[in-house]
Amino acid sequence: MALAKIISVAGRAVNVPGNDIDTDRIIPARFMKCVTFDGLGEFLFFDVRKDTTTGKDTNHPLNDPRFKGATVLLSGANFGCGSSREHAPQAIQKYGFKAVIAESYAEIFFGNSTTLGMPCVTAVREDIAKIAAAVEKNSAIEVVIDLVKLEARFAGQSVKIAQRESARDALVNGRWDAIGELLDGVPAVKETAKKLPYLAA
Amino acid sequence: MPSPQSLFEKVWAAHAVKKLANGQTQLLIGTHLIHEVTSPQAFGMLRDLGLKVLMPHRTFATVDHIIPTNELVEPYKDSLAQAMMDEVRKNCAEFGITFFDRATGKQGIVHIVGPEQGITQPGTTIACGDSHTSTHGAFGAIAFGIGTSQVRDVLATQTMALGQLKVRRIEVNGKLPPGVYAKDVILHIIRQLGVNGGTGFAYEYAGSTFDGFTMEERMTVCNMSIEGGARVGYVNPDETTFTYLKGRPYSPTGAAWDAAVARWKSFASDPGCRYDDVVKINAADVAPSVTWGINPGQGITINENVPSPDTATSADDKAGIIEALAYMKLPAGKPIKGTKINVAFLGSCTNGRLSDFREVAKYIKGRKVAPGVRAIAVPGSQIVALQCEKEGIDKVLTAAGFEWRAAGCSMCLAMNPDKLIGEELCASSSNRNFKGRQGSTTGRTVLMSPVMVAAAAVTGTVADAREVFAVN
Repeated sequence: MALAKIISVAGRAVNVPGNDIDTDRIIPARFMKCVTFDGLGEFLFFDVRKDTTTGKDTNHPLNDPRFKGATVLLSGANFGCGSSREHAPQAIQKYGFKAVIAESYAEIFFGNSTTLGMPCVTAVREDIAKIAAAVEKNSAIEVVIDLVKLEARFAGQSVKIAQRESARDALVNGRWDAIGELLDGVPAVKETAKKLPYLAA
Repeated sequence: MPSPQSLFEKVWAAHAVKKLANGQTQLLIGTHLIHEVTSPQAFGMLRDLGLKVLMPHRTFATVDHIIPTNELVEPYKDSLAQAMMDEVRKNCAEFGITFFDRATGKQGIVHIVGPEQGITQPGTTIACGDSHTSTHGAFGAIAFGIGTSQVRDVLATQTMALGQLKVRRIEVNGKLPPGVYAKDVILHIIRQLGVNGGTGFAYEYAGSTFDGFTMEERMTVCNMSIEGGARVGYVNPDETTFTYLKGRPYSPTGAAWDAAVARWKSFASDPGCRYDDVVKINAADVAPSVTWGINPGQGITINENVPSPDTATSADDKAGIIEALAYMKLPAGKPIKGTKINVAFLGSCTNGRLSDFREVAKYIKGRKVAPGVRAIAVPGSQIVALQCEKEGIDKVLTAAGFEWRAAGCSMCLAMNPDKLIGEELCASSSNRNFKGRQGSTTGRTVLMSPVMVAAAAVTGTVADAREVFAVN
């Protein structure tokens, strides 16, 4: 399986501020009653994008027409905490996002996103604020996430970004979905399994 | 003589297949547990790729998230729930996977079924598409919550790609005061270390408090490791573990049992092994705890006041308090005790086991749920339900005014008919108090131990169970 080498991601950005944005907020559980991931995009952040009583759009950044078509999501610390649901990064990706810049991520969310080829990079709060300010000033600017130079470039500025090396390596070398490599390892898996009595058929 | 190792390192080494190109490890997952919500897409991916399940005999399924707890006959009223039910049944039949369906009498929340059946064993690796898989760590297993693509990986290869975790030993020593439970211990730990304090770590729970805990108490603590950001939590296996496992359907028997116990013992962390961090907690400092906010780290003990933005320790803390109080509609700086509740929920993979219901029954016998409070008790598995019914616990609860339901996840995540309505406030023995978690976008959750839920149910308010039930 040839996978794209994700060396950089470029696009317009939107800031969804806040810390500890959990997976229930990203995709409420009731939308997980499905047997495919298709169509999850429209339910992204649903309960904070819609007013509970009126059903009308709230002032959530994703409802702001200026940010329509944004492909880079900005947020705070511990993004994606909570459940292991892959529905969360699937919803983000299916909505149209290609990458996330946040202060930090919950472990499972980070792994799930990487496996989908959606880079989650970190930056310090001040730098995310700089990007957010530039985007707020002019929503049309392009934000470039460069996974080789580990920097984000926007409006003539540049800030440092970081990513766990195993994920960065997998993305830039086009091996972010490990299934091919794991399948290659099956003979070795069977050898390892032989040494573990509880796996006997 | 090899250098001393932690259980995590030993289990990891025994299951490491090879290093992958990006530096991660291909880790063998000995036991794969699946349920209806996060597996259908994985089977779809498997079919798209023309792959088979590599070890169907090491894959076990049940239904818990969507299953209605007040409806036993199919087709279920909710056609989407029925479709998911049909899908898991079809997938298990097609790929030869053991399925603990309702008709088997062994169905239940996946993290309750595994231990109950003796599938969860020390020194093993376990994965499940559910973040509370850490529960199984109570047996000295390394158990990971995973996403659906990884469910596909484990189905197809019995492995997944993973980077090694650091290990933090959390030592709790001493005897818990009366009326203080395992749930209070984990809420205390999360409050102290933060909801992301465990990111990148496996938590090893140890110390005399854990040594004295039953398996069910250990499971409650390990269950909520992920709420502290730790993907894995475990307790070293000991005689308590072996006694629990003896005679269970999937436990080894005869000579194989003795060999297994010897092997299991060998996985326990060696004295003097290295930890990346050590945290020590005095059991006497733990008190009945409740959450006041919108994440499980926003907790206080029952006699403390709800925090105020004025006393925040940082700008972040302040913003967090303001957001949480606005959602929870709780007054800043005032006692949480006395806050009116609308719903009492007993159940979940955190606190839906036999000992939880026994403890509640002991105190609630002869008492009544306060007028206007909707109270539901949901056993974690059909086996828990049956045992409670044999012991008359269901009768005690229904006499008090609780509804006694069939096994499932129920109102912990409300993917089924059990939901909060509007701004209802729920005293809940579950694990997450996120915004909207219990099925209403404005619903409010206060996490606490089952006995504290019982106290809230009978008083109609967030209450100190020690006072309500004269515990001393």
